[in-house]
Amino acid sequence: MFGILSLSDIHYHNPIIMFGVGLLLFVIVATLATITYLRKWTYLWREWLTSVDHKKIGIMYMILAALMLLRGFADAIMMRTQQAMAFGPNMGYLPPGHFDQIFTAHGTIMIFFMAMPFIIGLMNCIVPLQIGARDVAFPLMNNLSLWLTAGGAMLVNVALIVGNFSRCGWVGYPPLSELHYSPGVGVDYYIWALQIAGVGTTLTGINFLATILKMRAPGMKMMRMPVFTWATLVTSVLIVAAFPILTVALGLLALDRYVGTHFFTNALGGDPMMYVNLFWLWGHPEVYILILPLFGVYSEIVPVFSGKRLFGYDSMVYATMAIALLSLTVWLHHFFTMGNGPGVNAFFGITTMIIAIPTGVKIFNWMLTMFRGRIRFETPMLWTIAFLITFTIGGMSGILLAEPPADFVLHNSLFLVAHFHNVLIGGVVFGIFAGISYWAPKIFGFKLNERLGRAAFWCWVIGFYVAFMPLYILGFMGATRRMDHYNVAAWHPLFEIAWVGAMIIFAGIILQVVQVVVSIRQREQARDLTGDPWNGRTLEWALPSPAPAYNFARIPVVRDRDAFWEMKQRGVELKNSTFVPVHMPRNSATGFIIGGFAFVMGFGLIWHIWWLAALCLAGVLGTLIQHAFNDDRDYYLGADEVRRVEDLHGRVEAGSV
Amino acid sequence: MSNGTAAMQEGALALKPGYAAAGTVEPRELHAQVDAGAEPHHDTASTIQLGFWLYLMSDCLLFAGLFATYAVLHGHTAGGPTARQLFDLPYTLTETMFLLVSSFTCGLATLAMNADRKQATLGWLAVTFVLGLGFVSMEVHEFAHMVAIGATASRSAFLSCFFTLVGTHGLHVTCGLIFMAVMMVAVAKKGLTPTNRGRLNCLMLFWHFLDIIWVGVFSLVYLSGVVH
Repeated sequence: MFGILSLSDIHYHNPIIMFGVGLLLFVIVATLATITYLRKWTYLWREWLTSVDHKKIGIMYMILAALMLLRGFADAIMMRTQQAMAFGPNMGYLPPGHFDQIFTAHGTIMIFFMAMPFIIGLMNCIVPLQIGARDVAFPLMNNLSLWLTAGGAMLVNVALIVGNFSRCGWVGYPPLSELHYSPGVGVDYYIWALQIAGVGTTLTGINFLATILKMRAPGMKMMRMPVFTWATLVTSVLIVAAFPILTVALGLLALDRYVGTHFFTNALGGDPMMYVNLFWLWGHPEVYILILPLFGVYSEIVPVFSGKRLFGYDSMVYATMAIALLSLTVWLHHFFTMGNGPGVNAFFGITTMIIAIPTGVKIFNWMLTMFRGRIRFETPMLWTIAFLITFTIGGMSGILLAEPPADFVLHNSLFLVAHFHNVLIGGVVFGIFAGISYWAPKIFGFKLNERLGRAAFWCWVIGFYVAFMPLYILGFMGATRRMDHYNVAAWHPLFEIAWVGAMIIFAGIILQVVQVVVSIRQREQARDLTGDPWNGRTLEWALPSPAPAYNFARIPVVRDRDAFWEMKQRGVELKNSTFVPVHMPRNSATGFIIGGFAFVMGFGLIWHIWWLAALCLAGVLGTLIQHAFNDDRDYYLGADEVRRVEDLHGRVEAGSV
Repeated sequence: MSNGTAAMQEGALALKPGYAAAGTVEPRELHAQVDAGAEPHHDTASTIQLGFWLYLMSDCLLFAGLFATYAVLHGHTAGGPTARQLFDLPYTLTETMFLLVSSFTCGLATLAMNADRKQATLGWLAVTFVLGLGFVSMEVHEFAHMVAIGATASRSAFLSCFFTLVGTHGLHVTCGLIFMAVMMVAVAKKGLTPTNRGRLNCLMLFWHFLDIIWVGVFSLVYLSGVVH
């Protein structure tokens, strides 16, 4: 009836896990209770959970990401604490099996359920506004993508409560991840969480490609698109190109574990390195799926806060495309030690180093945009400057790792861990915070508190350097990654310094939570009434903040790059005199229901509850078919209603009928 | 899934003309298209078509991953049965013919649809459905036979990737059959509406796509398996 699930799979005897479970359940119960108390269930369901509005979907993505950031960071603190303690006779407070789950969960959550949802959230909130569109190409599919991602994220967190999570690292290499060496449900949680979320991400890629290629406002040629839109376009290509390969890799691993095939086993002709190749064939493009959108964010921020147009727009666009193309040719540098021979290793070493060229072009473009500009050092710009410095350091340690001989020494050492945190925190996370502080007025209608934002910024940057620079040194000293204990006296102080760094970052995160709370409470003072608080250059700033549901009352016509800047130069009036009905997609529960079925189906597959999985699969199919026969999917927002909303924002020409 | 969203902005089709005007008349910036009766819309039918193409390309890459795996592992028979011992070319050729002919009849259904002939469309779809069902049945029979003689997916890496590659294609064809059945009901009930036409176009693209993938499977797996 319940497959292999039994009561003993809940670890009520383990105080550390139970504390985590208690905290999780407390947050969930408190949230549900608050919603019930405020009688907001109907509102939540009608206006948010079933919403097909890209702006609301974007916000929900970012809420998911922020929660997962807290969860992933809790894992990080636990690891840092263990490694600061577990030296010599002290075994630390975490048994190896638990420590292994923590580093696996940390990596999986931070990549798939923190960075990706933040990025997709930003794309959702901004791209349609930047291209002068009313929505994305497939609004309901957008909602479905969100709920598939959320379903995957929930599975990872359920693993905390019921059963175990994978102990094989976020890459899940076989043969360790095969049934023979990992008999529990941990790897299955990992597989199905990523598969379900992966479908959502692939659909997002398709959606944004179609949106950007088909729905740009008249006059917005490709080479007039804002660079963030360009980055989203190229990222979407990479998503569509790379995620199917992850689906294959994880699918074959699942077959090995469930059906007894021999793709990656040690026996009967299986080849574990096949998995490693497939995984990184997705995994390296994924690195650029993560960073390219943030390159786009920086390219928006630097010109605005320097009061100049972007230096080298064309080279920025071509560099983005070059990076995307090259990202498909470097996957083997993740395993130079496989034994491919010098020819193969040299090829992949060289392609890896070549990526530094277009990336360098971008760095110089940003610097030359700032050169002789009137720079305003507000939080978005602070994050950007910290990124420029930090990412360059991380990039240079990457070039070092691209040398196969050096990589043989540094492979899987803490030097590697320092390198990729250097680029992922310095590039992706800083970029996310830069983007949020930059677009917050547009997304929420008010600016975030500047003082707290600055304080958080300094904690993050200082904390980052204190936490990760020691890891570079430790890597040179021979410390490998994923250690739950060590006996080398010289390493101990460096691990302790790294712990201090993690604590400083922790302070930064607390300040950010406070910043959000304070900003919401003081939103009336910080409200953006103009729609253009930073003297922006792109179309999203032509709209009132936050943008109305239909975005543009009239679709704008674009004459140049930096379309809104050009309009301001010519003194174009943003007010309208006549209004037309706007065609809108209707909200739908379909996405939420399918996401829910997918989540329960994943749970059924993990615990071998076959009837449940089959039932949910039938549920997904049934919901799709039922939806196919539903013709009531759209409506028109009347011209009077549009006028009323525009009037609220002071966007109606005086004296017009 | 793409077909699910296909007709999301169906109503917009009626409003197309205004868009062309926006490109030709020099408009008044944000006040553009003042004269149009209603707000112009992008051509949603072609957006859906593009979205479906993009989905097909991602699916194509999924098959590329499986083909690559097959190419690497097909020699790893681990002392078990080999391709030459297992494959029966005349049988597979018959199976192939079912699918190829179904692609042709699917094309005839498209022609009937374009000629606005509802009954003929339904008829050719039914023929396509039967042929597709024949293909899947033959594949299931082939699999059952192999399992019966001990050539299961867990016997060797070669058989693992054989069953997975061919089975994934078969699963796609099965999904195509479900899609087709749903569309036949939809056309029978509502006729050849713009929504149904758009979805039928997607279905037909999908069907031809699976045909192309099968040509790859037949050549790489069966033909070269027997030749080597």
